[in-house]
Amino acid sequence: MIANKEAPLLDARLVRAAAIAALTKFDPRTLARNPVMFVTAVVAVLSTLLLAADIAGGGSENTVLFALLSFWLWLTVLFANFAEAVAEGRGKARADTLRATQRETTAKRLRDAGNRAYQEVSSHSLAQGDLLLVEAGDIVPADGEVVEGIASVDESAITGESAPVIRESGGDRSAVTGGTRVVSDWIVVRVTQKPGESFLDRMIGLVEGAQRQKTPNEIALTILLVGMSLIFLIVVGSLEFFAHYSGALIPVMFLVALLVTLIPTTIGGLLSAIGIAGMDRLVKANVIAKSGRAVEAAGDVDVLLLDKTGTITFGNRMADGFLPVAGTSERTLAEMAMLASLADETAEGRSIVDLARRKFGLDLTAETDAKFVPFTAQTRMSGVDLPDGRRIRKGAADSVLADAYDDAGTTRAPRDLVTAVEQVARSGGTPLVVSVDRKPIGVVHLKDVVKPGIRERFAELRAMGIRTVMVTGDNPLTAAAIAAESGVDDFLAEATPEKKLELIRKEQADGRLVAMCGDGSNDAPALAQADIGVAMNDGTPAAKEAANLIDLDSDPTKLIEVVMVGKQMLISRGALTTFSIANDVAKYFAIIPALFIGVYPGLQALNVMNLGSPSSAILSAVIFNALIIVALIPLALRGVKYAPSSAAALLRRNLAVYGLGGLVVPFVGIKAIDLLINAVGLV
Amino acid sequence: MSPTDLLQILLFLALILAIAPFLGAYMARVFEGRVGFLAPAERAIYAACGTDASEEQSWSRYLGAVLLFNLAGFALLFGILLTQHWLPWNPAGMAPLDWDLAFNTAVSFVTNTNWQAYGGESTLSYFSQMVGLTVQNFVSAATGIAVAVAITRGIARRQARTLGNFTVDLTRGVLYILLPLSILVALALVWQGVPQNLAAYVDATTVEGAQQMLAQGPAASQIAIKQLGTNGGGFFSVNSAHPYENPTPISNLIQMVAILAIPAGLALTYGHMVGDKRQGWAIFAAMGVLFLAGFAVTYWAEMQGNPLLASLPVDQAAGNMEGKETRFGVVNSVLWAVSTTAASNGSVNAMHDSFTPLGGLVLLLNIQLGEIIYGGVGAGLYGMLLFVVLAVFIAGLMVGRTPEYLGKKIESREVKLAVLGMLSMPVGILGFGALAAVLPVALASVQDAGPHGLSEILYAYSSATGNNGSAFAGFGADTPYHNVMLGLAMILGRYAFIAAMLAVAGSLAAKKITPPSAGSFPTHGPLFVGLLIGTILIVGGLTFFPVLALGPIAEHLAMLAGTKF
Repeated sequence: MIANKEAPLLDARLVRAAAIAALTKFDPRTLARNPVMFVTAVVAVLSTLLLAADIAGGGSENTVLFALLSFWLWLTVLFANFAEAVAEGRGKARADTLRATQRETTAKRLRDAGNRAYQEVSSHSLAQGDLLLVEAGDIVPADGEVVEGIASVDESAITGESAPVIRESGGDRSAVTGGTRVVSDWIVVRVTQKPGESFLDRMIGLVEGAQRQKTPNEIALTILLVGMSLIFLIVVGSLEFFAHYSGALIPVMFLVALLVTLIPTTIGGLLSAIGIAGMDRLVKANVIAKSGRAVEAAGDVDVLLLDKTGTITFGNRMADGFLPVAGTSERTLAEMAMLASLADETAEGRSIVDLARRKFGLDLTAETDAKFVPFTAQTRMSGVDLPDGRRIRKGAADSVLADAYDDAGTTRAPRDLVTAVEQVARSGGTPLVVSVDRKPIGVVHLKDVVKPGIRERFAELRAMGIRTVMVTGDNPLTAAAIAAESGVDDFLAEATPEKKLELIRKEQADGRLVAMCGDGSNDAPALAQADIGVAMNDGTPAAKEAANLIDLDSDPTKLIEVVMVGKQMLISRGALTTFSIANDVAKYFAIIPALFIGVYPGLQALNVMNLGSPSSAILSAVIFNALIIVALIPLALRGVKYAPSSAAALLRRNLAVYGLGGLVVPFVGIKAIDLLINAVGLV
Repeated sequence: MSPTDLLQILLFLALILAIAPFLGAYMARVFEGRVGFLAPAERAIYAACGTDASEEQSWSRYLGAVLLFNLAGFALLFGILLTQHWLPWNPAGMAPLDWDLAFNTAVSFVTNTNWQAYGGESTLSYFSQMVGLTVQNFVSAATGIAVAVAITRGIARRQARTLGNFTVDLTRGVLYILLPLSILVALALVWQGVPQNLAAYVDATTVEGAQQMLAQGPAASQIAIKQLGTNGGGFFSVNSAHPYENPTPISNLIQMVAILAIPAGLALTYGHMVGDKRQGWAIFAAMGVLFLAGFAVTYWAEMQGNPLLASLPVDQAAGNMEGKETRFGVVNSVLWAVSTTAASNGSVNAMHDSFTPLGGLVLLLNIQLGEIIYGGVGAGLYGMLLFVVLAVFIAGLMVGRTPEYLGKKIESREVKLAVLGMLSMPVGILGFGALAAVLPVALASVQDAGPHGLSEILYAYSSATGNNGSAFAGFGADTPYHNVMLGLAMILGRYAFIAAMLAVAGSLAAKKITPPSAGSFPTHGPLFVGLLIGTILIVGGLTFFPVLALGPIAEHLAMLAGTKF
């Protein structure tokens, strides 16, 4: 899979490119997007001016310290820029891979719908609604919908799946994606995308920082960070006056250094990196988001609507047991059923052969003279006519019975057969009746097989507080049986698009956020109504348009991963914010005694870290403040560790790690830096 | 701690714990309109005001009503204070107040601060006290309660546009809560010997033969509401240290309980009104832990005494008794001081200025945290809810959902408003305080040199911004500069919180309620209580630590080192 290639968190090339990009981010217009770093940059400029004034005035005993402080203030901004650049770099690398599939190609634009005459144009000049002819060997020039013809299409460039898929006009398999290749036959495609607005274009926008729209929680968090910065501005600004009252003369340089250590530079510097990295993780999972908002909202999901078929069960019914009747042995029934299925290439047929083999070690092969009777819509049975004259049939209960007893059907059916059929149906399975020479000998229990591991998945979701609802066209009896087996919380049986939409509206009216996935055109209204709609990439254009996420792998369980990515993004932000604020406590204990020890010697008691000198204390705090940004870049890119559990458990863990950790770490870090500074004799 | 001290503390806590749940449930019933024993009076008031009691207001109209009502109250009180020499009930012949003192006093009582830059018995006529101040003592308290109730409704309601009717909430607060309780407390105080008359001052000859004028007046009724409404404005200058305001240990206990009863009860009213009593208890518990921690530190500090006096013939076995009444001792002085600063009351029974530096620091910090440790009636609850919004937002992200409080999403609008409200404390205390620390016109009021002088300035501006009203006595507040600036600080502290939190409530009211699940943030239980306390201490601590280091902390360390200023 191209889009899934795992890159190391940081490699040399990426770091080099990011370092250069970090420098270009000193552009004030770029900085202004991030208020906390903007303040830091302004302070850095101010510190440089103060340094210049100090030097111009002939220097002072503090000149070296001033120069170091100024240097590290600039580094603080640089590190924040670097964090964003690294995240962008990783995002871009993935985007470039995606974009490679979008390179300019020649499109065969039809002059009019009626005939096949075309003119060759650049794919970049296509407009919405253009009709294109795509023949074997051509790259599909743009996202669109097949309006004529049928072709097999290699979508490996997008999905990584090498087997070609069929795309045809009408029905649910009519969407084609730009960048994929037609391998046989031809199709006429109507362009559905506006130029530059394909799903890929949108995705690329999300992993490139400059165009990235901030998500709602990111905006709220930024407001909080600005508020905190304002408070600290008041704290530090007023401190000058209070110091003056107390008879302390503090160089402005020290105050601006204090300001930068107090404002939440750690989270401020890493905030956009977290957002970009979240999008990047999503692309890695082969999911395209139309907006960052959708991903964030995924973390809030309360109800997950999952299609039964393909998500909860394999989608094919499989043989699960043999129920003989009328004195037949189970082994004989298995034998007969197996003979009838040997040439049956459907999944059901194969599963019968499998089961017979597993259960009784049967190893029959088709006799050469046997005549296979394929399934037809008229007979609704399949089977085999053996050379010895035996006639074996299997099929739906009513058809086999009609075959056995002519029109009299079920009324003449033996009691035990009827019981067996009912028993299978009641347990949610499908009964398949087997007859030999028109005499029913038993029932094969066909069952929707629940995917392994899905039960644990649902348990995880339940622990996270997410309710799962299975949506199925089955009757309530069957649905209930499968729901019980798979551990899903609830189900919607005999679902129609209208019932689905109604269910979503009802949940939303109760205040819940609903996510669902779908592929068919008739899913479009529900996808649009759901807060999170994930469309399968092989779904219809209507479904893809209505959804806000598209899964390139067309794997409905992906919804669960999207929820995880959304949650992880929010947790990373909250954790680093908590960490950043908790850090300030240690910084106070470093800087406040350093500033005022001259006027109130008793304040030495607050120097709990026993830092070497006032100068080294202030410098250590500033250096720690800058280095912690770099140290946390990997965490911001990878995201805070997230294991599905209840909110209370998550909160307890994260408060302990990032709250208490945030209190303790800087005490250790600042002390270590101070020891180093004094050992080297820097100031 | 001596057994008698412990007993007194436990008795006090037991009384609060016994009264708060009843009062909390009762107040919830009052504001849900289920109490009606004064219905005729209620109807008469609505008729007189032309109010349709069933008509509810949006948050902005509710805020408008609050502001308009308070503005009118200010104008009335300002007028009375400027013209008291023309008005009746002035047997002592008090002169009109200067405009700046009148402004300061009017703002002070309208904002439930009761900062007193004047001496009651030497400045105000009985008319000014009773018609001017006492009216505001009732309605400023009722305003706070009404706003808290409206904000609670905003949190509890689902997709609603309105928060209630201010006139109705105000009227019910006065009629069903403040009036009955005041009558009860006033009677109890009269029983303990507090005067309640309109008599002229009495000349008396003391045992030593000196002449003394004994002030009289309708003290008991005033004191009852001053405590119940967390107003704190004393009838006499030295407030509840005066033997007529607070004659006995029993009157002292009654008054202390009266200070905390309504604020503590309101935390539980909140739980009732949002339909989950545990939420109220969580807030009550967070307040309680902060209260007890503050008490423990202050009590310890005061019992240490003053090492600078160790060489003098002063017996410090009973702790630091400077500025304390012997009939109360350290334990009741500390309990009172911590209650009055925690609850935004501001009445004093000992001189806070004379507490040890660390004891004074706790009192100062109690106010600076935003008057949320039970806090002013109503104000404490909505101030605490502001911190709840912040705590839920920061920590709520850590559970991987858009932060929610009681099913309501906390989004950028709520965060913005909460931050704006929170800014009022640093602006009022640090901003205004910084000016006072350097302007010569302001510095003239500071009595003491060194760090204690800074504490005096800080205390004044903290008290004003926090709408507390108590003071470090060394600070001469009655100057035009401080009268105006402190008045502005009171306005800022009161209305920034009210406006911000009413807007938050308006925005929350309109939201859907997400039903709780295992994935939603639990806001009851010890984890949340701890988180809330942590947020308050870290945000408040980070804001005020530097200046506290220069004030009380420097003073404390200097005292230990034997340095005097």
